[in-house]
Amino acid sequence: MNEVDSVDFVIRGRPIVAGSAEGEALVTHEALSFWGGYDFHTGTIIDKHHPLAGVSAAGRILAVPCSKGSSTTTAVLLEAVRAGTAPAAILTTGADSFFALASIVAGVMYGKSFPVVALESRDFDALESGTRLRVEPTGIVRRV
Amino acid sequence: MHLTDGDRAMLDGAKGAAPQLAMQILVRMAEVYGADELMDITQAHIDSTIYLGDATLEFAERLAALGAKVAVPTSLNVSGVDECGWKDWAVPADWAAKAARQMLAYERMGAVPTWTCAPYQTKMRPSFGQQIAWGESNAIAFANSVIGARTERYPDLLDICCAIAGRVPAVGLHLTENRAGQLLLRLAGIPRALQQDDQFFAVLGHLVGKLAGDLIPVIEGVDVVPTEDHLKAFSAAVASSGRVALFHIVGVTPEAGTLDAAFQGRAPRQTREITIADLRAARRELTTADGQPLDMVILGSPHFSVAEFVQLAPLVAGKRRHAKVKFLITSGRFMKEMAEKAGVLGPIVDFGAQITLDTCILASPMLPPEIKTLMTNSPKYAYYAPSLLNTRVTFGSLADCVRSAVEGRVVRDDSLWETP
Repeated sequence: MNEVDSVDFVIRGRPIVAGSAEGEALVTHEALSFWGGYDFHTGTIIDKHHPLAGVSAAGRILAVPCSKGSSTTTAVLLEAVRAGTAPAAILTTGADSFFALASIVAGVMYGKSFPVVALESRDFDALESGTRLRVEPTGIVRRV
Repeated sequence: MHLTDGDRAMLDGAKGAAPQLAMQILVRMAEVYGADELMDITQAHIDSTIYLGDATLEFAERLAALGAKVAVPTSLNVSGVDECGWKDWAVPADWAAKAARQMLAYERMGAVPTWTCAPYQTKMRPSFGQQIAWGESNAIAFANSVIGARTERYPDLLDICCAIAGRVPAVGLHLTENRAGQLLLRLAGIPRALQQDDQFFAVLGHLVGKLAGDLIPVIEGVDVVPTEDHLKAFSAAVASSGRVALFHIVGVTPEAGTLDAAFQGRAPRQTREITIADLRAARRELTTADGQPLDMVILGSPHFSVAEFVQLAPLVAGKRRHAKVKFLITSGRFMKEMAEKAGVLGPIVDFGAQITLDTCILASPMLPPEIKTLMTNSPKYAYYAPSLLNTRVTFGSLADCVRSAVEGRVVRDDSLWETP
C-alpha cells in the first residue's frame, strides 16, 4: 500500500535539512523574524506585530512560510537550539535559507540540527495548529 | 554542483581547519540556494558580531581558535557592547565581558573594527557592480539598491564563512538577471511637500516592506531628491517590516534610471498604487505609544551619520533637554570621530545628549527598566523596540524629537500628515 495515498494526513515535502521530529503543529501564514520576534530563553514568539505573539514554539513543529527582517534570525535560532527552546522542526513554503543555515550550523556546533522541510503551498495551507505531526528524513510529514 | 580546484582544496582541509569548516557550511548552503557553482567576492560585512548569548560567542571563538582569517577586506557590524560607555547603562558585567570576547574573536580574524550597521557610510563603502557578501538587513538593502553593489541577503553565521572562503554561491542578487524589478508601486497624487518631509522615506519604506513580500519593488513617482540618510532610513524600514534586499526608485537609484531599466525591459508582475491614505496608515503604525509621557529620545538606527550630526547641531544649539528625558544617539566610532573633526559635537553634548558607540539599544541590554516610552525618527527603532525592549514608541521627525526632549513630553507637528 502506498502510505502517501492513505486516508491519513500525509504530505510530501522537500527536505532542505533532513531529519526526524515529532510534535504539535503551530501554524502561521505570516513570515517571522526570529531577531526581535523570538525569545530564545523561553521559546516564545514576541513580535507584537505577529499573530502568534505570546505563543511558545519550543519543541513544536513550526509552520511559517518564510523568515523576514533581520539577518540575525539565524543566530537567535542557534541560541534557541543550544538552550533547548527551538522548534522541533520548521515547515516552510520555499527553501528558506535562514532556517536551513541555523539548522546546519546547529549540527556543526552542537550535533543538534532540526528538520527544515519546504512544502507546496496547498499542502502548507492544509496544516492546522494543534495536530500532532511527525516529520521524516525523506520530507514526509504525517499526522500521528 | 561544480567546485573549482581551489574550492576542493579548501573543502579537503588543504588550506587549514577554518577554511574547511567555512567551506563545508558554504557548500551545504549552496545546495539550499540551488547554486551550480561558487563565485569570488571582493568584500564582506559581518553581522555575526552581534552577541546574543553563549552560542554566538562559541561560534566566533571556535572559528578564531581554528585560526580563521578573512580572505577579503571585511567590515564588522555592531557589537553587543559599547566598550567605553557600558558602565553608564544597565548592561550586566557578564554580558559586557562576553560581548567584548566576541568582538575580539572577529578582530583576530583580520576584519576591520568598524563596528557599525552603516558600513556604507565608512571607508569600507563598496562600489557599483562590486560582488560582496554582506550581512545586516539594512546594509544589504542599501548596498544593493542605493550603491548598486551585489549581495545576497546573507544571514549571521554565513557571512563570516563567505569572508573566510572569499566565495559565495553564484545565485540571486549576484546575477544581473535576478535584479530586475517585479512589483511596480506608483505614488498616486502624493504632494511634493509631503515627499520633502524628513519622515517621508522612512514611512514609505515601512509601507513598501509590507507590500513587497518576496518581490523586488520599484517605486515610481518620487519627484524629490532624497538624501543619503533618507535612503538609509528607507533601507532600514523596508528590511524591518519586510524582507526586501533590493529595491529600485525610478530616477533615484543607479539601476533605475528609467522605469524600463528598473524592470530590465520586462513587464511588472504586479502593479499597485500608493495613496496618501496608505502612507498615513503606515506612519500611524510606527507609533505604538499614546499620550505625552516620554522617558527617552533615541536616534541612530542605522547608526547616526556625520550628516545627521551636522543636521542635529543647529536644532539643539543653545537648548537643553528636559531633566526627565534622556537623549541618546547611537553611532559608530568612525562617524563620531568625523563629527568631532567637523566641529558639530559641542552643541549636541551641551544639549545633554549622550552618545553610545559601536552598538545600539537593540543589540545591547542598555536601557534600565524605568525607560518605558521612547521617541525616535528611526523606523527601525520604531519597529523593533516595542517587541525587543517592551517599550512604547512615538515616531516623529528629528525636529519633533528635539522639541519633545526640551518640553519633556511628546509634541509632534502632524500638520503635513494628518490634515485632509
